[in-house]
Amino acid sequence: MSSAPHAPAPGDSLAARLRHEAGINLNHCYQCGKCAAGCPVAEDMDNTSCQTLRLLQMERPELDRRVLESEAIWLCLGCETCSTRCPQEVEVAKVMDYVREASLALDLAHPRSRDILAFHRAFLDSIRATGRLFEIGLVANYKLRSRHLLKDVNLAPKMYVRGKLPLLPHFIKGRSGMKRIFQLTLGRKR
Amino acid sequence: MSRIGVFTCHCGENIGATVDCAKVAERTRNVPGVVHSVDYKYMCSDPGQSMIKEAIKEHGLTGVVVAACSPRMHEPTFRNAVEEAGLNPYLCEMANLREHCSWVHEKNDATTDKAADLIRVMVEKVKHNTPLHPIRVPVTKRALVLGGGIAGIQAALDIANAGHKVVLVEKSPSIGGHMSQLSETFPTLDCSQCILTPRMVEAARHPNITLMTYAELEKLEGFIGNFKATIRRKARQVDEKLCTGCGLCITKCPNKKIPDEFNEGLGKRSAIYVPFPQAVPNKPVIDKTNCTFYKSGKCKVCEKMCPTGAIRFDQQDELVTLDVGAIVLATGFKVMRTDKFPEYGYGKYADVIDGLQFERLASASGPTLGVMKRPSDGKEPETVVFVACSGSRDRAKGVPYCSKICCMYTAKHAMLYKHKMHHGKAYVFYMDIRSGGKDYDEFVRRAIEEDDVKYIRGRVSRIYEEDGQLIVKGADTLMGGEPVEIKADMVVLATAVQAQDGSEELAQKLHVSYDPYHFFAESHPKLKPVETNTAGIYLAGACQAPRDIPETVAQASGAAAKVAALFSRDELTREPVVAVVNRLPAPTFSYCVGCFLCQSACPYQAIEAEEIRGRDGTLIKTLAKVNAGLCQGCGTCVSTCRTKAIDIQGFSNEQIFAELMTL
Repeated sequence: MSSAPHAPAPGDSLAARLRHEAGINLNHCYQCGKCAAGCPVAEDMDNTSCQTLRLLQMERPELDRRVLESEAIWLCLGCETCSTRCPQEVEVAKVMDYVREASLALDLAHPRSRDILAFHRAFLDSIRATGRLFEIGLVANYKLRSRHLLKDVNLAPKMYVRGKLPLLPHFIKGRSGMKRIFQLTLGRKR
Repeated sequence: MSRIGVFTCHCGENIGATVDCAKVAERTRNVPGVVHSVDYKYMCSDPGQSMIKEAIKEHGLTGVVVAACSPRMHEPTFRNAVEEAGLNPYLCEMANLREHCSWVHEKNDATTDKAADLIRVMVEKVKHNTPLHPIRVPVTKRALVLGGGIAGIQAALDIANAGHKVVLVEKSPSIGGHMSQLSETFPTLDCSQCILTPRMVEAARHPNITLMTYAELEKLEGFIGNFKATIRRKARQVDEKLCTGCGLCITKCPNKKIPDEFNEGLGKRSAIYVPFPQAVPNKPVIDKTNCTFYKSGKCKVCEKMCPTGAIRFDQQDELVTLDVGAIVLATGFKVMRTDKFPEYGYGKYADVIDGLQFERLASASGPTLGVMKRPSDGKEPETVVFVACSGSRDRAKGVPYCSKICCMYTAKHAMLYKHKMHHGKAYVFYMDIRSGGKDYDEFVRRAIEEDDVKYIRGRVSRIYEEDGQLIVKGADTLMGGEPVEIKADMVVLATAVQAQDGSEELAQKLHVSYDPYHFFAESHPKLKPVETNTAGIYLAGACQAPRDIPETVAQASGAAAKVAALFSRDELTREPVVAVVNRLPAPTFSYCVGCFLCQSACPYQAIEAEEIRGRDGTLIKTLAKVNAGLCQGCGTCVSTCRTKAIDIQGFSNEQIFAELMTL
C-alpha cells in the first residue's frame, strides 16, 4: 500500500518558509485566477495575486526575488476578497503580508512602497498611542514621514468645519491592553 | 383476391391535428383490394388493437395496413396483435403518417393527400407480401476470449462463473498483460501484482476455463452462436504436461543476455524463459530466434538438465479448431516508444524512458528491485522530469486523441518517485490535467500539494544532453509562456496509448470495424459500447480505446453479461428479412448462374456455394446460397445480381415495384 506522504525538506524559498512559519501550502493553488478576478486593485498591479502565487510556487530564487521587488505586493489593500473567494482556501492576503515583510527585511521593497509604508506606519502609531484613529496626528505623522508637507492642505478647513478633524484625540479604555498587543506582535520588529 | 384492412391512427394530436384522418380512411375505402378502412384516436391502445383483431375475423382480412407512427415504434405491437388474430405477422405493414407526414408538414389538403398516398403504397406492398417465419439458429454455449490481460481474465471469469465454458487465448507465454508489469495502481496505490495474480490463478484453475497461452487466432468462420475458430498454438518447445516449472533449465541456459520484454528492455533474460516469476502457466518457452541450439545446432543444455525430460526441440505449431457461440475481444494496447520523438533524442538517451519502463523501475520485482536507479549508469536520479501528453493530442505524430490514462499514471509516477526519494525533485510538464474519475482529482492534488511535485503547464520542446545531464526545455504557460529550463537526471515520457500491433489484421479476420487508429469500433458510442457491428463479437478494455483498469474491468464484465445473456437461450430468433436465391423446378433450378459476384459484394460473408447434383451424383449446377444466420438483409447482393436471382424476403423487387407503380 501507499507509503506515507512526507513533508518536503525545508528550503530557503519563500514558499517553504511560508509553509513552516505561516502554515500556508502554496501547492494548493491551482491557478484558477479567481483571486485576481476579484481583486479591486488587480488592474494596477505588475503581478496579479495569482501570478505572484505562481512565481512563489516554483521555489526558484530568481522568481522569489521578482515577487519581493514587485510593486503589486504594496498595492494590495489587504481587503481579503481573494482569501474569502479562494476555492482551495489559500490565504492569499496573508501571503501578501508575509511577502511584504520579507521584502522589507531584505531591503528589496519597490521604490513606490515608500508613501504606502509611511501611511501604514503613521496609522499604526496613532492606534498605538490612542487606541483608535486620531486624524490630525495621523496627517501630521504621515506628512513628516512622506515629506509631502503641503499636499491636500486645502482640504483641511472643509474637513475641520464638518467636524472630521477634532483637535484633541479620543482615548479608548484599556490602552495598556492595546500596548501589549503591539508588544506581542510588532514590538520586536520595529 | 386480397382483402386488406386499413387502420388509420390519429396518434392523439400528433397526426390528427395535421391530417384529416376521417377523410383519409374514407378515401382509402376506394382503393382496390381494401375491404375495411377505419380511423381511431389511439390505434396502439388496447381498444385499438381489439378493433384490428375483430376486423380480421369479421372481414376475413388477408393483409393489414396500420397507418400510424414509425414501425420502429409500434410494428412489434401491431404484428403481435395480428398474430393473435391468427394471421401471419409479416402480413401486417405500417404506413408512417407521423414522422413522414404530419410532423414535417403544415395542415392543408396536400398533407392529407400525401397521407392517403402513403397508405395506398403500403396497400400495394401488402398485396404482394408472403407469410414469413422468424429464423431460428442454435447457440453453441462456449465463449472464446482473445487476450489474457485484465480485460480478458475478467470477462473469462465472469462468463465461467455464469456457468458457461470459456477458452481464453493469449499470444504471449503467460496471461496477465500490461497490468502484471505495473508497479502500483492509481488512485489507491495498491500493488498491481498483488491484486492481479490471484485473478490469474483463479482463471487458470477455473473448471470452466481452458487456458491457451502462446496461441493466436488463425481463422474465424461462422456467425453468432455458431462460430468456428481456428487457434494456432505456437510451439513452446516444452511439453506443458511434463514440465513441473522447476526452473532448472532457466538457470542452466548459457544464453542470458537477451533483452527482457517483461522488463521493457531494462533487464536481461535467458533463451528459455518464463516472462515473470508469477507467470500463469508457470511453464517456460524457448525463444527460437535467440536460442543457441536453433542458431548453431549445438547446445541442448536445457534438455540435458530437465529432470522430467519435458524439452521438445521437435515440437511444431498446432492448429486447434473450436466451436464457439460468442467472442470477447480483449487484445489490449501498446505504448508509443521513445524512438518516435526526434525532439526528445530519438530514443538514443538511455535516461529518457517511457511510462512502462518507469513502472518496471519502480516495481519491487523489477530489474532494480524497486530502487530508483537510472538506466544509463545506475545513479539515483536527483531530478526527474515527467512529460505528459508525449505523442498524445499531437496531430503531427498521428495521435490526435487523448490517451486518457497518462495524467493519472504520471501523477502516480511522480508520487512513487517522491516516496522513494524524499529529497529528489519531480517536475511534470502537462497540457491539461484530465483526472475525471472517482478519487482521481484528489489523487493528482495529493501529488501536487502533499508530495510537492512541481506541475508546469506546457509542452516540452526539446531534450538534449549536456555535461552528463539532460536539459529539458519548455515554457510555463501559467507565467505567460515564460521559458523554463530544467537540468534533469532522468526523463519519463508518458507516451501515447496506441492500438496493439496487428489489430487491423485481426479486425479483418473477425469482420469487426475499426477506427482510423486501429482501435476496434463499438456498435454505438453510447448505447452499445461493448458490442461490435458483428453480432456475437464483444469488446473489452483498451482494444477499443485507451482505458484505465477500473473501466476495463467494468467493460469486461459488461461484455461477459452480454455473452451470458446470449447463452441463456438455446436458439436465437431473428427477423426473416434476409436475402434468398430463388429456386425453380428442374432443369433451370434457379436464375442464378453461379457467377458469385454477390459473394464478393457481400459485406457479411453470408454467401456460400450450393451444388446441385443429379441422381447419379454428377454436378449439374453450382448456385449461390445465402446463409440466413449471417445475412443482415442489406440488399447489396440483390443490386449486384445480373440475373435478378436474389431477393430480400419482405422487401422483394416485386413489392418495391408495386409500391412505386401505384404512385
